[in-house]
Amino acid sequence: MKESAFAGDMNVALAQGPTAVLAKPERGPGRLESSAYRMAQWLRSPRPYLMLIGFALFLGFWYLTVEVWKLPRFSQMPGPTAVITEWINPDPIYGLSLYSPEYYQHIWVSTRRVLIAFLLATATGVPLGLLLGWSLRFKEYVFPVFELLRPIPPLAWVPLAIIMFHGSETPIIFLTFLASFYATTLNTMLGVESIDVSFVRAAYCLGAKRRQVFWHVIVPGAMPFIFTGLQISVGVAWFSLVAGEMVSGQYGLGYLINTSYTMVQYPTMVIGMITLGIVGYVTSAAVRVLGNYLMQWRARELAMGAEA
Amino acid sequence: MNYEPPRGSPIADARAPALAAQGGCKGAIRIANVVKIYGSEGAGVRAVDDCTFHVPAGKITVVVGPSGCGKTTLLNAIAGFHSITSGTIHLDDALLCGPGRPKADPGPDRIVVFQNGALFPWKTIVENVAFGPIVQGRLSRKAAFEKARMMLAETGLHNLETNYPGEISSGMRRRVEIARALMNDPKVLLLDEPYRALDSLTKSVMHEALLETFDRNRVTIFFITHDLEEAIFLGHHVVIMTTRPCRPKKILTVDIPHPRDYSVLTAKRFREYLDETVEAVHEEALKAFAAGERER
Repeated sequence: MKESAFAGDMNVALAQGPTAVLAKPERGPGRLESSAYRMAQWLRSPRPYLMLIGFALFLGFWYLTVEVWKLPRFSQMPGPTAVITEWINPDPIYGLSLYSPEYYQHIWVSTRRVLIAFLLATATGVPLGLLLGWSLRFKEYVFPVFELLRPIPPLAWVPLAIIMFHGSETPIIFLTFLASFYATTLNTMLGVESIDVSFVRAAYCLGAKRRQVFWHVIVPGAMPFIFTGLQISVGVAWFSLVAGEMVSGQYGLGYLINTSYTMVQYPTMVIGMITLGIVGYVTSAAVRVLGNYLMQWRARELAMGAEA
Repeated sequence: MNYEPPRGSPIADARAPALAAQGGCKGAIRIANVVKIYGSEGAGVRAVDDCTFHVPAGKITVVVGPSGCGKTTLLNAIAGFHSITSGTIHLDDALLCGPGRPKADPGPDRIVVFQNGALFPWKTIVENVAFGPIVQGRLSRKAAFEKARMMLAETGLHNLETNYPGEISSGMRRRVEIARALMNDPKVLLLDEPYRALDSLTKSVMHEALLETFDRNRVTIFFITHDLEEAIFLGHHVVIMTTRPCRPKKILTVDIPHPRDYSVLTAKRFREYLDETVEAVHEEALKAFAAGERER
């Protein structure tokens, strides 16, 4: 398993190495072209098939424990066939499947909340993290408070959020925002602190002013950490969103899961869970793709085997 | 071992009043009685002690000493990264740091090339090279890029313009870094063991490239190393430092004409210089080893 993954990486490295080093076209190979090429490489490597086997094993385990062996712990749990038939049923037993517009309403409402919270967290967390890492004095004021607030779980904020904000939408967005905000801020700060002091010194040597050092060195230098933070951030956003939605609201995947539970519509509950998994994966993959797009230098460096 | 500077040596020159720049070249550095103590006075570590010497303009001065002897401290003081405790450092006639002004301001007249390299990994090679004039507002973006391309072409690096530093070899990165420094017409290049991480074959290529650059630009070079052969091969003057606290122990004027190439390494003259100095360096290395000093 390990070996084959390694071989796959080697293939990619070997394939990219010569083009990157020897033949030097104006701006590297076209982005589309190279991603199509990478896709072909990926399909030729054992990785996608191992992935499929992993999914098959998981589904098989689920099927056997619930539907074949009927193990005691799993007696109430819907099996994969029940869930999948309900999911793709044009006329669902419990009223929700791929064919019901309500299903997409739930997805859309949740995604919208996550996006708003994520964007708010990014818009506030990144600047705050940059300042925390950049100015020691600012950090001394703010960081202790930050560290004290951070361990308070979003669920503990629920009552206060309901008191503070009107309606059901803003409290949920606030709760979703919180965890994202901490992850983004902390990673951004660590990103600034991770920057080699030589880069800052070099910039001053070359005549940069403090402001220019900030924009030309601190911001791009922290970028890899910022994007790691944003990926974590979007993950924990879903995490606390569901907590919020289970408490209040009339739509959303968390709400769907919770109401299906109270109404004993277990297949629908599992459909909600799987959908969360998929949507959550898609959002964090989108953040990763955006990060790679914005940090060409890093993607290319890693493709070279990261000598530096 | 107490070294008394003979008259006319770089040390004596440094003690003389303001020295006019030699032969039109600018960038003479006078280091006089510099002391640097890390931590509190009294309890602190004395890294540099009463250090006095002169870096003549338009020449290569190489400072040799064992790792951790305090030579980087000296470079950091000239560059303006660290303060000094007492003494003065002048660049030509301007005071860089001294009484009442413990820390110099870093600026494009003295550019450092770092031990581990400091090309910005998030900028392409040409963006890196054009960085100085752009942030100083000396050239427009377009003009700076044009000059950067010329600069790279001069060093034979023009085909790397759109690469990122992470994609090229570490030897190439050093050359780009020197080109980035020279873009600003600095008075002094401060090189802090720039070839330390390179293998010896790459190193020899880099040495010749550096000498070639020097012959073209005649910029004052202040070069730090712990490699004596490198020092004698490159330098007009070699300053051998004592280990912690750091001060000149022996100053050698290498009377081998520039431009030099690799045939120098086997010349009798070169071997004689090496014989003359190897013991002094070795003595300090032993002391440093015994003291267990680490690079700082």
